[in-house]
Amino acid sequence: MTRPLLIENARIVDPASHTDAKGAVLVENGVIAHIAIGGPIGVPDDAVVINAKGLILAPGLIDMRVFTGEPGKEYRETLQSAGDAAAAGGVTSFVMMPDTAPVVDDGALVDFLIRRAKATSKVNVLPAGAITKGLAGQEMTEFGLLQEAGAVCLTDGRHSIQSTALLRTVMSYAANYGMTVVHHVSDTSLTGDGVMNEGLFATILGLKGIPREAETIPLARDLQLAALTGTRYHAAQISCAASIELMAAAKKRNPHVTAGVSINNLALNENDIGRYRTFFKLSTPLRSEDDRQAVIEGLRNGTIDTIHSDHDPQDTEVKRQPFAEASDGAIGLETLLAAALRLVHSGDVDLMTVLRAMTSRPADILGLASGRIAIGAPADLILFDLDYPWQVSEREIRSRSRNTSFEGARLAGKVMRTIVAGQTVHTHAED
Amino acid sequence: MAQARASKTNTPAGPSGDFPPFSQKHLLSIADLKQHEIIDLLDRAEAMVPVSRQERKSHPTLTGKTQINLFFEPSTRTQGSFEIAGKRLGALVMNMSVKSSSVSKGETLIDTAATLNAMRPDVIVVRHSAAGAVELLSQKVGCAVINAGDGAHEHPTQALLDALTIRRHKGRISGLTVAICGDIANSRVVRSNLLLLGALNVRTRVIAPRNLLPAGIEHLATEVFTDMRRGLEGVDVVMMLRLQHERANGRMIPSVREYYRFYGLDTEKLSHAKPDAIVMHPGPMNRGVEIDPAIADGVQSVINEQVEMGVAVRMAVLDALLPARNEE
Repeated sequence: MTRPLLIENARIVDPASHTDAKGAVLVENGVIAHIAIGGPIGVPDDAVVINAKGLILAPGLIDMRVFTGEPGKEYRETLQSAGDAAAAGGVTSFVMMPDTAPVVDDGALVDFLIRRAKATSKVNVLPAGAITKGLAGQEMTEFGLLQEAGAVCLTDGRHSIQSTALLRTVMSYAANYGMTVVHHVSDTSLTGDGVMNEGLFATILGLKGIPREAETIPLARDLQLAALTGTRYHAAQISCAASIELMAAAKKRNPHVTAGVSINNLALNENDIGRYRTFFKLSTPLRSEDDRQAVIEGLRNGTIDTIHSDHDPQDTEVKRQPFAEASDGAIGLETLLAAALRLVHSGDVDLMTVLRAMTSRPADILGLASGRIAIGAPADLILFDLDYPWQVSEREIRSRSRNTSFEGARLAGKVMRTIVAGQTVHTHAED
Repeated sequence: MAQARASKTNTPAGPSGDFPPFSQKHLLSIADLKQHEIIDLLDRAEAMVPVSRQERKSHPTLTGKTQINLFFEPSTRTQGSFEIAGKRLGALVMNMSVKSSSVSKGETLIDTAATLNAMRPDVIVVRHSAAGAVELLSQKVGCAVINAGDGAHEHPTQALLDALTIRRHKGRISGLTVAICGDIANSRVVRSNLLLLGALNVRTRVIAPRNLLPAGIEHLATEVFTDMRRGLEGVDVVMMLRLQHERANGRMIPSVREYYRFYGLDTEKLSHAKPDAIVMHPGPMNRGVEIDPAIADGVQSVINEQVEMGVAVRMAVLDALLPARNEE
């Protein structure tokens, strides 16, 4: 038995209950035992007390899109190093994409990963099961067996299913199990060999562009199929104004469709590529500033449900290449919260909305008990200083890969303590 | 606004010593150059023309310097031009042709740069199929780097030699109207030319079928046309581009036959340009695809002179970048 934990004098911000008030939370046996807003709280004699004065107590973040190197490319990232990075960033649970070697398309591998993560990772690792065998977009995997083994959703990760007929079958079958289909929308025939957003800037750089329609055309298709099949559908990451319009229209008719956005598409735009900076080579690509503003508005008005890091560790060999030849992807677990708080500090989006997109909304979509400060919920919590200034430094990155889009960025907001199942897994050490 | 100097009235006396130190370390992009630097390079190139025309084609200001031509994709013309330019200036020139991308051999471009850097060259001339690759390499070596074409990005010495050719024929550059015709989307020559001509106050037109026009081109060129005859109306210079054969046969355009019918430069279409318009082509040409052979070899064609000016421009660029005279 571990000692009870009391966090007092905190500003509790819990989007699930729409709470934003001073109070205290008591944790016993890994779950939230008592919540006191304003008034007194019964404190067991042996409780460990944390005075959280000046800090915000929020549910631990749930990151719906994280790529790991393990299994297969442990030199890029292990479950342990990803867990360390997550804990430092305030992420207490992350959905692990199936794009590994081997691909997570089999229940046995899901089972192995859960046990491996419990043994090595500080945070909850939630494997996603592949939709198609080998992510090849041809044959369905065993959805029921994947779910039994512990897969929290179905996705082909960074791959996009091109066959409309197959996707219809996938969605129909997934509905049997109530599993959310998370789909990266990309028409590969339109994407072609494009490497960044199509437009003037791509033309100036002499790089092949990816039109927005490579996203909006399959998104429109997916939303129609979701309505047809009645499945729970989550557009993994959308990036442009036209997609926001499509999502907003679909949501009016169908409550089972949701959408996520990468923090990169919220915080950055295509101009950040500058002179071929490959850390900004991402899939989905960074779009124009107009698109970024539309996505922010989508977050503000509820069209966008979740914000994720799109954490994608890539080693130097594949990143230090000419732009068109470099791999896509950037790490982001450690900077997710602070980068999202930029929207709060700029006044674009309020704190509650930003936190909701990283706590209760992903929990709702995945059917998790966490992501909220509620009695009986897992004590996955973070304490953060909303205004703490810091600068992202390559030296301090915990991921095994260093491909951060925020290298050198000045951010405000730092996680001071991360708690998973009542246990402190990270504390910020002052310099 | 400064005017481009007319060579016929203001020919520099010779290649030695009349020019102030050049401020750029590399030549990666026309976008990096200020107007006066472009004019400076053109004047230097003008001064190099007599060197190539004299019997003893030598002006050994770069004796003792080492020039590596690193070509990741084949280019007989550009590589040969840089080789002759370096040799005429007395440099030790080494050609390295890398048949496929070095990455396929498990070596990154950065590794290649480090290896070459250890050989202590004074200048590396690079051609690579990927946009930005030359810039990436320049960040990893200690010597000057010249972009000899990077993907669909830039080909700065081509734009300079085009400008020099125009200036020699027209006596000026500023105020002219230049039409660039053909595969605009995939051409590095276009980008460098639009930047350079724009910097020298030239009115630029691009002419191409809509699907060979890249997004946002209207922000780079003064005017955009999809009709060849309208686009050529009253222009001083017609610059044709090579059509890549893989784009024909239904991929980007239906056929070579149809392309030539609507976008190939023939006598009738050329008649819409000014009577004294000059015709240019960066080569190698597809005769009968983008240009009528009779025009390619005709009186308005300056295509061979472009090749000659290519050597002069490359001599000028090598001479400007290698601090033979301005060592501190």
